[in-house]
Amino acid sequence: MSHWIIAPIILPALLAPFIVLAARYHIGIQRVLSVAGVVALIALSAALAWQVTDGSVMYYRLGDWAAPFGIVIVGDRLSTMMILLTSVLALFVLLYAIGSNWDNRGRHFHALFQFQLMGILGAFLTGDLFNLFVFFEVLLIASYGLMIHAGGKARLRAGVQYVLFNLIGSTLFLFALGSIYAETGTLNMADLSQRLAFVDPAETVGIRVAAVLLLLVFAIKAALVPLHFWLPSSYAEAPAPVAALFAIMTKVGAYSIIRVYTMVFPPEVDATSGLHDLWLLPAALVSLAIGAIGVLAARKMDRLVAYSVVGSMGMVMVAIALFTPQGIAAALYYIVHSTLAAAILFLVSDLVRIGRGNVDLTVQSPMAGTYLTAAFFFAGAIAMAGLPPLSGFLGKLLVLDAAFDRPLMVWVWAIVLTSSLISVVGFARAGSLVFWKAHSIDPPDQDDQSAPDTARPGILAYGAVGGLFALLVAHTVFAGPVHDYTTKMAGQLFQPDEYISVVLETPGKLSKPKETQ
Amino acid sequence: MSLFFIVALPFLGALLPGVMNAAGRAACAGVTFVVTLMAFVGLLTNLPAVLAGQVVTARIDWMPQLGLNFTLMLDGLGFFFAFLILGIGLLIIAYGRHYLSRNDNMGEFFTYLLLFQGAMVGIVLSDNILLLLVFWELTSLSSFLLIGYWKHLPEGRQGARMALAVTGMGGLAMIGGLMMLGQIAGSYELSVILQNREAIQADPLYTPALLLILLGCFTKSAQFPFHFWLPHAMAAPTPVSAYLHSATMVKAGIFLMARLWPVLSGTPEWFVIVTTAGLVTMVLGAVIALFKHDLKALLAFSTVSHLGLITMLLGTGTAFGVFAAVFHILNHATFKAALFMSAGIVDHEAKTRDIRQLGGLRHLMPVTFVIATIAALSMAGIPLLNGFLSKEMMLEATTKTVLFDIWWLVPALATFGSLMSAAYCFRFIGHTFLGPRRDDYPAQPHDPNPGMWMPPAILVVLVIVIGIAPALAEPFVKLVTNAVLGTAAEVPDKHIKIWHGLIPALYMSIVAIIGGLFVMAVFKPLLRFWESRARPEAKPMFEGFVEGIAVIARFVTHRLHNGAFTRYAMIGFVTIVAAGYHAWVTGTVGDATRAMQQVGPVPIAGWAMLVAATCGLVILHRNRFLALMMIGIVGLMVSVGFVYFSAPDLAMTQFTVEVVTIILLLLALNFLPKGTPIESTPLRRVRDASVAIIGGLATFALAFHYMLRDAVTTPISEFHLANSYKGGGGTNVVNVILVDFRGFDTYGEIIVLGIAALLIYALTETLLDGPVRRKLLNRVPDQPRAGDMHPMMMVVLTRVTMPVVLLVGFYIFLRGHNEPGGGFISGLIVSIAVVMQYMASGFHWASDRLRYPYHGVIGAGVLIAGLTGIGSWFVTKPFLTSDFTYVRIPPFNEFELATAALFDLGVFLAVVGAVMLSLESFSRLARRANVEDSEYPMDIDPSRDDPPDARADAPTGGG
Repeated sequence: MSHWIIAPIILPALLAPFIVLAARYHIGIQRVLSVAGVVALIALSAALAWQVTDGSVMYYRLGDWAAPFGIVIVGDRLSTMMILLTSVLALFVLLYAIGSNWDNRGRHFHALFQFQLMGILGAFLTGDLFNLFVFFEVLLIASYGLMIHAGGKARLRAGVQYVLFNLIGSTLFLFALGSIYAETGTLNMADLSQRLAFVDPAETVGIRVAAVLLLLVFAIKAALVPLHFWLPSSYAEAPAPVAALFAIMTKVGAYSIIRVYTMVFPPEVDATSGLHDLWLLPAALVSLAIGAIGVLAARKMDRLVAYSVVGSMGMVMVAIALFTPQGIAAALYYIVHSTLAAAILFLVSDLVRIGRGNVDLTVQSPMAGTYLTAAFFFAGAIAMAGLPPLSGFLGKLLVLDAAFDRPLMVWVWAIVLTSSLISVVGFARAGSLVFWKAHSIDPPDQDDQSAPDTARPGILAYGAVGGLFALLVAHTVFAGPVHDYTTKMAGQLFQPDEYISVVLETPGKLSKPKETQ
Repeated sequence: MSLFFIVALPFLGALLPGVMNAAGRAACAGVTFVVTLMAFVGLLTNLPAVLAGQVVTARIDWMPQLGLNFTLMLDGLGFFFAFLILGIGLLIIAYGRHYLSRNDNMGEFFTYLLLFQGAMVGIVLSDNILLLLVFWELTSLSSFLLIGYWKHLPEGRQGARMALAVTGMGGLAMIGGLMMLGQIAGSYELSVILQNREAIQADPLYTPALLLILLGCFTKSAQFPFHFWLPHAMAAPTPVSAYLHSATMVKAGIFLMARLWPVLSGTPEWFVIVTTAGLVTMVLGAVIALFKHDLKALLAFSTVSHLGLITMLLGTGTAFGVFAAVFHILNHATFKAALFMSAGIVDHEAKTRDIRQLGGLRHLMPVTFVIATIAALSMAGIPLLNGFLSKEMMLEATTKTVLFDIWWLVPALATFGSLMSAAYCFRFIGHTFLGPRRDDYPAQPHDPNPGMWMPPAILVVLVIVIGIAPALAEPFVKLVTNAVLGTAAEVPDKHIKIWHGLIPALYMSIVAIIGGLFVMAVFKPLLRFWESRARPEAKPMFEGFVEGIAVIARFVTHRLHNGAFTRYAMIGFVTIVAAGYHAWVTGTVGDATRAMQQVGPVPIAGWAMLVAATCGLVILHRNRFLALMMIGIVGLMVSVGFVYFSAPDLAMTQFTVEVVTIILLLLALNFLPKGTPIESTPLRRVRDASVAIIGGLATFALAFHYMLRDAVTTPISEFHLANSYKGGGGTNVVNVILVDFRGFDTYGEIIVLGIAALLIYALTETLLDGPVRRKLLNRVPDQPRAGDMHPMMMVVLTRVTMPVVLLVGFYIFLRGHNEPGGGFISGLIVSIAVVMQYMASGFHWASDRLRYPYHGVIGAGVLIAGLTGIGSWFVTKPFLTSDFTYVRIPPFNEFELATAALFDLGVFLAVVGAVMLSLESFSRLARRANVEDSEYPMDIDPSRDDPPDARADAPTGGG
């Protein structure tokens, strides 16, 4: 049995305590270790992703206990793509954090960062719902630590709301797991999908409520309206590199929905039909609208970006809620795009903060490094609002295409296009105010000592944003192959036989396949 | 040259001006010119093929599954537009080089201009309509940047945003329309779509698709009622106005209508919408243009008017209409760009564009005068100039167009529009160049250098040549017309002639010109009349509209996200309960499979206490200390419950966790107010209470339901029970599950614990670095402190019991695998032993004697657990695979050694470290400035001989 598939979880899980143990007073060593770790993660994830391109499923039994009795790690096309995306994003975010010195403004940034990665990667790789809960806990607690990194009143207040709301989510997760276990006697996803066949048609309430509760847990993570309230202020108040990393956290929720609700509770299962297939799409459309409206309403740039994240999650959920291979393929393409675009915009808003000391959408004198910052903002806004030529536009076309001839098509098209327009207007107003109108007021007197020092962000910071932007461009240029691959992923998700047989039929310690079934 | 290069060159070239900016203005403009020239020459290399009637294509797959591909095609129509775009582009670049001042960033300007140029060429060469959309929106974006080029001007910023919003809206609508079109035709390739006229027009989606596409075209080409953005786009530098907003971009909508003419036109919907919009725009634009004082605004509205004219011609749906439209596109591009450039020259030299401040310039700027006059006369429709020819063809076309069953409507309005058009042309010439020479120009006007007047001069030469010898242009115009018509209609067998004979169009022309002269004669009273009337102003209306939307957006957003957590939680709970309820009522409920168990009096009593304590917590929670005690009782009862349900492990864990939690919370309470104030209205509390009760009842119902039913098949716990000893080497199933069956979960959970401690530390550390530090150091406790903070009895007792407690912890740790216990519980017990030392002798004293930093303990614990897991790799087993063996070391009995114990050691260390680090972090907050840290373990120590009064005022904080 190859151990590589577990390595992306173990590596940060060992690196983080090592940093705490040996390097907690040496920011230089922490940086080197952290970057090296993430680079290694990229290599690992890329190799793993490459391994499963042929549609095979990698599988790992922890403690040698076979599923469903022990915990299993499963790598298929989808999960390896998600871990690759996470580790690549992490590298640029980390470089930005180092370049802007964010990592040195509080304690334990790098250890928490690694733990955070461990949680996210674990969530993408696990094949067991309870283990998913554990990784949700890991990523929640680490994200809380990162969110309040460097402190500050507003940040702490937002952090408390963040952690409280997510504790509601965790509690609900436990309820959902309890319900599912009580109903089916297992928490392994593959096993679960098999056991649903045993559900008595005359006794479906148990599994129905369980399925809905679990979906709501993931919806909280994915910031689906009306469970999104934790997101705007916490993402806006979080340190920018952390918010940029959080761009992948909402995707954990989306990923979980895709995974569980295509394999375990697909719409064609009678026992659980008429639930999420009914109300998820309207909720997603409302999210999309609320996000766009928030973009127009925001008075600060970081909050504007946070609302655009709500909107883009709405878009992802619209695509998922179609529950067709085409829709899921579009959603996966859009997930990559939205992660990169959101990260770029959060970092750009930090560049603005460095340049002029705040991100209020008010007229202030021009800042240092305007041209490059403005260019990145413009590009990020185009991507986020879904204008050509960047991947947001392509993603939007894919979603529209997938929604064609489906129920609620008119609504989907109308809301997708209108919300795009509203975001365009919102972004244009904000950008024009910050980058253009600044030139209409006189620059502060050079001799005036009281004028605030405007700093210029470091080259590493710009490089990190540029790197993310390059990825976005690549995601656009190679949209064809990428979308081909996401289509294959969706195909694999809707034909989970391979996944299920690999997980359930490989023997482990003291058990033979199907022995106890 | 490959079509790809023609499209790509401007984009690639857009990188150059910024780079060359530092090399000087000439170099910057030079590279831009060369890039455009290369694309232009590349286009010309395809001319023979186009003339031969071939369609040049190029193709690269982009997203074949979606149908979005990089397919380009060059036919007559595409060539015509590309020729205009690149040809006029060359002139504009030459002109712009001299137009921009030294204060303008030329690199930025030419970068945007090339981006626009590439996008525009892309539109006209696209074979794929989705690709066309990409370029379409790109022109909107680059136009946004160019209009806002002068960032300091509010008109520029507002105009840019308005243009982006309006054309962006149209573009988004067009996404919908074109996608529908593609879905109907089964392909997004124009070459396929254009073959499917019948299928498309018969499809129920034809009308929505048509409406959406026309919305895009009308916004882009400034057709009524979306015409208002174009005049405000004139805030851009004049080369931009001449290029984007008269010659090229605004013709994109017209281009698309022409491109899709074979499949969309010919239906009543098309005819009514397009013809009406064109006609209204033509008349309205001409009327407004007449009364504009700003030269560029006058030209802008005249552009609106002429675009309306072309739109109307396309709307007629006849081959002759298309023929006239194509010819007028060519003519309009020549004379209008020349006019804009002339207006720019006037502005540049006289430093004003206000026609009221001008006049008599013919003496000062003879060259400009000649150029502008010829161009304006062409626009007015004076014979021997090209404008006359196409205008007459237009008038001829209108005589055959009947709208709303009124035969005279279209010709009359068209004549009126031409009349007004002639009038504003005369005004442009008369009020700017004719009349007496003035002495109050803002600057001393004179003809500019040839670099500025050559480009319009070249265009004017074309105006005259086509006007005198239309036969030269005719084959080309017919080629383009043929490309537009496709297979839908035949090119009309007519010739462009100066003299057609005495046809109605001639009379209409004469009426228009004479009428125009007459209007000029009575212009002053007309102007007074015009200005005395209130007119709807588009800009304040538009801005008010957008601002209104923004206000609504703000209202919605801020009302929804008001920052009150209770509201968020309330909405969340209601959503959860509602979704669960929906799932419940739509499902089926079967009979219970388990019987209710008998309940004895003791459990009922315990249950009652649990409920009472919980209710007490809710009632008493405003007193935080009492609330903490209630929490303790609840925890205790839960532990007892675990014992009752035969789960001693859980009970022990719960119990020790309770102890540690209470201690930590007590520490935290030290810094918090003793009570919780009432912050919400009674009504809101009733609301929250109802939600909470409903949530509780729902949870109860659900749990009750599940407890009365078996799982659908054997639960996996049966396997755990059966194999705990055989496979895990332990008889305590709970422990084996924790460290073996599901050791990976435990691994995750100890990491959670470790992170929690790290973040408590990081949080307090940040607090101690910040402004809170002073507040904390100087705080005065709101309640009296104990006189003897470190009582001797306690100190002695904790010291004595410490080894015992440690031994108990060790014992619990070792027996864990088979009996209740394990690393987690033992870690908590050991922590309690150490915590007691802190409580007895204070933080300072205890931490001075600390040899192992807790950070390290956490790190070591997590590392040991992880390395234990990795250890199994060396025997080619998966992560965390356990093994055990039995050894016998005399004189002891045989005992078991399990790798799981090593893992458990990691758990133990992580727990100890986490608990202690959290405690230590809290304690650090407790230090105060005016209180000395004691160096002694207890305050009153008989064995010490320093005088008691020296210690009296030195009680330490913390602990």
